[in-house]
Amino acid sequence: MEKEKYIQDLRQIKEIMDRSSKFISLSGLSGVAAGIIALAGAWYAYQNIYTESDFYGYQVVTISSESIASIIGLGALILILAIGAGVFFTAQKAKKANQKVWNSQAKRLLINLSIPLVTGGLLSLIFLSRGFIGIIAPLTLIFYGLALVNASKYTHEEIRSLGIIEIALGLLSAYFIGFGLLFWAIGFGLLHIVYGIIMHYRYGS
Amino acid sequence: MKDILKDLDKAFENKLRLGIMSALLVNDFLDFNALKEILDATDGNLASHLKTLEKEGYITFTKEFVDRKPNTKYMVTESGIEAFIKHLKAIENLLK
Repeated sequence: MEKEKYIQDLRQIKEIMDRSSKFISLSGLSGVAAGIIALAGAWYAYQNIYTESDFYGYQVVTISSESIASIIGLGALILILAIGAGVFFTAQKAKKANQKVWNSQAKRLLINLSIPLVTGGLLSLIFLSRGFIGIIAPLTLIFYGLALVNASKYTHEEIRSLGIIEIALGLLSAYFIGFGLLFWAIGFGLLHIVYGIIMHYRYGS
Repeated sequence: MKDILKDLDKAFENKLRLGIMSALLVNDFLDFNALKEILDATDGNLASHLKTLEKEGYITFTKEFVDRKPNTKYMVTESGIEAFIKHLKAIENLLK
């Protein structure tokens, strides 16, 4: 009788600690959407930017400034679409749960995600402007992975393992540098879809 | 048995006060509106329980102005942390 009340109390303490320190409205569907967008983008890049060069032989790839511009444009487009889809599904989930999307937990998540992510993004742009295109896939994967690991404390714990896998993929892709686009498609496309589905079934949407 | 019950803190018997402490313990600070949202409480109810905890010396607050609106940030004190841990230990012993 008495014990039951305290078990309830403990449950409530844990629940409030989780809810107040973590952003839990993150939707699995936004991962799936981001993954599909990334795969479409990778496929487009493979068809249109890599066609005239040997995709697997990095050394012989010559990149014109025109294709660098189109890669930046394509990357920006993928980023905007993926973030847009992420915000959309997450906002929907928060609305259903009757919670605010833009709360202090969301702010903390975004700040901790952004620090490594923006660093990686700027570094990639600097390398890209110098023509080091092969380094872009590993760099974006590694910094994205670091950003996820850093932000995982403030949301669902699965994000941490996703981050670690992204870092590993990034390192592999730095070694097999000619396969950059393939690794990129796995990391940003396939993994997002897989994790999105897992999170969708674990936490609903 | 009596000793265990003695360690249970009366201040945490109330659900909302327990909730306030749980939330403040894992956050450096939370403002009034954030607490309200997390605990799904009404203004009056939350304010009165915050006051109780403050009188116990378990929480403290700072007042700032954000866009000319007062913004009160609440945080847990050292003795609040101690009391909460003691309370949790008492529950743990009780459930053994």
